[in-house]
Amino acid sequence: MPKNLKQYAQVPTRLTGGHRLCPGCGEPTAARQVLMATDKPVVVANATGCFEVSTTIMPYTAWAVPWMHIAFENAAATVSGIEAMYVSQKAQGNIPADADYRFVAFAGDGGTYDIGLQALSGAAERGHQFLYVCLNNEAYMNTGVQRSSASPYGAHTTTSPSGSHSPGKKAFQKDLTAIMAAHDIPYVAQSISGRWRDLTAKAEKAFECGGPAFINVLTPCPLGWIADASESVNLAQLAADCCVWPLYEVENGVWKLTYKPKEKLPIDEYLKKQGRFKHLFKGAEGEAVRAKMQEYVDTKWELLKQKCGEA
Amino acid sequence: MGKVMPLEGNMAVAEAMRQINPDVVAAYPITPSTEVVQTFARFVADGQVKTNFVAVESEHSAMTACVAAAAAGGRVMNATSANGLALMWEILYIASSLRQPVILTLVNRALSGNINIHCDHSDGMGARDAGWVQIYGENCQEAYDNLIQCTAIGERLDVRLPVMNCLDGFLVSHSYELVEVEDDEAVQAFVGPYKPVKPLLDINDPYTIGPLDLQDFYMEHKRSQWEAYPAAKQAVIEEGKRFGEMFGREYGLMELVDMDDAEIAIVALGSAAGTCKDVVANLRAQGVKAGLLKLRCFRPFPIEEIAEALKGCKAVAVMDRAASYGGGTGPLFPEVAAALMAGGYAVPMLDYIYGLGGRELPPEQIGIVYDDLGKLVGGQKIPTVQWLGVRE
Repeated sequence: MPKNLKQYAQVPTRLTGGHRLCPGCGEPTAARQVLMATDKPVVVANATGCFEVSTTIMPYTAWAVPWMHIAFENAAATVSGIEAMYVSQKAQGNIPADADYRFVAFAGDGGTYDIGLQALSGAAERGHQFLYVCLNNEAYMNTGVQRSSASPYGAHTTTSPSGSHSPGKKAFQKDLTAIMAAHDIPYVAQSISGRWRDLTAKAEKAFECGGPAFINVLTPCPLGWIADASESVNLAQLAADCCVWPLYEVENGVWKLTYKPKEKLPIDEYLKKQGRFKHLFKGAEGEAVRAKMQEYVDTKWELLKQKCGEA
Repeated sequence: MGKVMPLEGNMAVAEAMRQINPDVVAAYPITPSTEVVQTFARFVADGQVKTNFVAVESEHSAMTACVAAAAAGGRVMNATSANGLALMWEILYIASSLRQPVILTLVNRALSGNINIHCDHSDGMGARDAGWVQIYGENCQEAYDNLIQCTAIGERLDVRLPVMNCLDGFLVSHSYELVEVEDDEAVQAFVGPYKPVKPLLDINDPYTIGPLDLQDFYMEHKRSQWEAYPAAKQAVIEEGKRFGEMFGREYGLMELVDMDDAEIAIVALGSAAGTCKDVVANLRAQGVKAGLLKLRCFRPFPIEEIAEALKGCKAVAVMDRAASYGGGTGPLFPEVAAALMAGGYAVPMLDYIYGLGGRELPPEQIGIVYDDLGKLVGGQKIPTVQWLGVRE
């Protein structure tokens, strides 16, 4: 049963304060919400990225649980190896039979959608018991805001800059959540760092699903989105309200919307608050790009509703 | 007492793995090492080992999972070749930096391109600076014996380094030989139980492994890693001696054949040393003072011991089963030269690049090398670097 906020607050801190992530970063919020969703011992694997470099600057660490980082593209393989040793040691009686650990991998969208996709797909197919959380801020923020395959169409990044001959990123983002659902693993979901109840409830299900689980969390990045740090929670909520980032889950193959906005807002409400889309509010060309984005969001939303039996 | 079995090199390695019984094996098959993991997978399927076998989707994930599993607190093993090792390259450095004693059997194979599945040492040489202990074996017996020793060496608390058990692709991996296989209990007694150091799975003592390490600490950490290699060298000597006491086959950093009074000598790694031994015996029968230094421990590189073994020679040839493109020689040659130079010995040297991509090394070609050495001693000019058995 999901707990209330007071009960969650009693869960011992696993990611402590004093880390060096930016003000307004959606990642630590999302990670804390995930980690407080279980009372069981947790072991964390982390891909290279903002989240890793900011929480473990030698000789300090913000982690109060066992934590391991190997490289950028292999958080899923890392968590596979840890879990495999756990299974082996438990079978041999070296870890008590009643021990009940949980394993989590955190990685950004670069380490998940792009370079880490193979390792993630492999680990999911093999059926290790772990939760993989993609902290998705829609670009390679750690290396200075370069486009990833999670970057939205039209977004200005340093490798998809807007210019006189370019509208920003020229391709739509990859639908990784659907790709993970196609692995037929027990639990897949999308969430945001701005709605704690949504994310903790999903993380609880993911931790207890008995197999691989994947949650794709939209985590606003004030630096890369060129937005005010105080706006992060609102931006995540707007992404859900505009259906740019719908909240849903796929539990044992059954698709379900977990949030239906009372009024589906136009994407402009979301875009206009972010500098990465600023160029789209100048001239007819920008308007055409925004129209295409709206059309894409509408189409995807309708298809998602059909999958969720809501059409 | 053990028993003598006809085994291919790969099967001999798999047999040693069965006897050692690691906690986790994570692997991705690649020729010519494939048989190691597929033979071992059958042991797992038949319940002959307690191992959790993870058939991963790439060599990169294989090495990653092994490093993570080792950090989690148990004994791990793996096998690969050539491009597989190249795909692991990034993680090889991390394994040694994190001081995780992962044991990898490297069945040596040419590294593309063009694609070639046969033996040379370009894979192992490419990984020479990755911080792994590298032991090269000559035949199936050594492939078996070395894996057992590699496990004991890497896991010693004063070492805690990953170790490569190298054997020549096809020449050893796919050749049947009679192998003395020791009793399971004796092998277990030799390697002993695994002693985890700060296992990640110890939930009561959480720690952070693999953090961001900036200018203020990185170099000190690299220095402390550097200091593990003299201990590793000592471990190779001591474990080789202990192996000899227990099983009657003693090993060291190198094997010296007729080196006491040798005037001309070859330095070789791997199966080529076996052919060299025959040639040396023939030359000795003819009164030629020929010798062989079979280098077994390539990393750590035994600088002083090599210089000591070669200092009395009038000329030395290095057999390089890999080329260093742009380096002008093979990779082994400058290391041997540097060892002699550091010892203060000036010995004329020749380098022979041979056997790339599985090209044969018949005894006649080794005869040419000793011939050249004789000519060099006699005052003739011989090119410093030659490709042996290549069509010009």
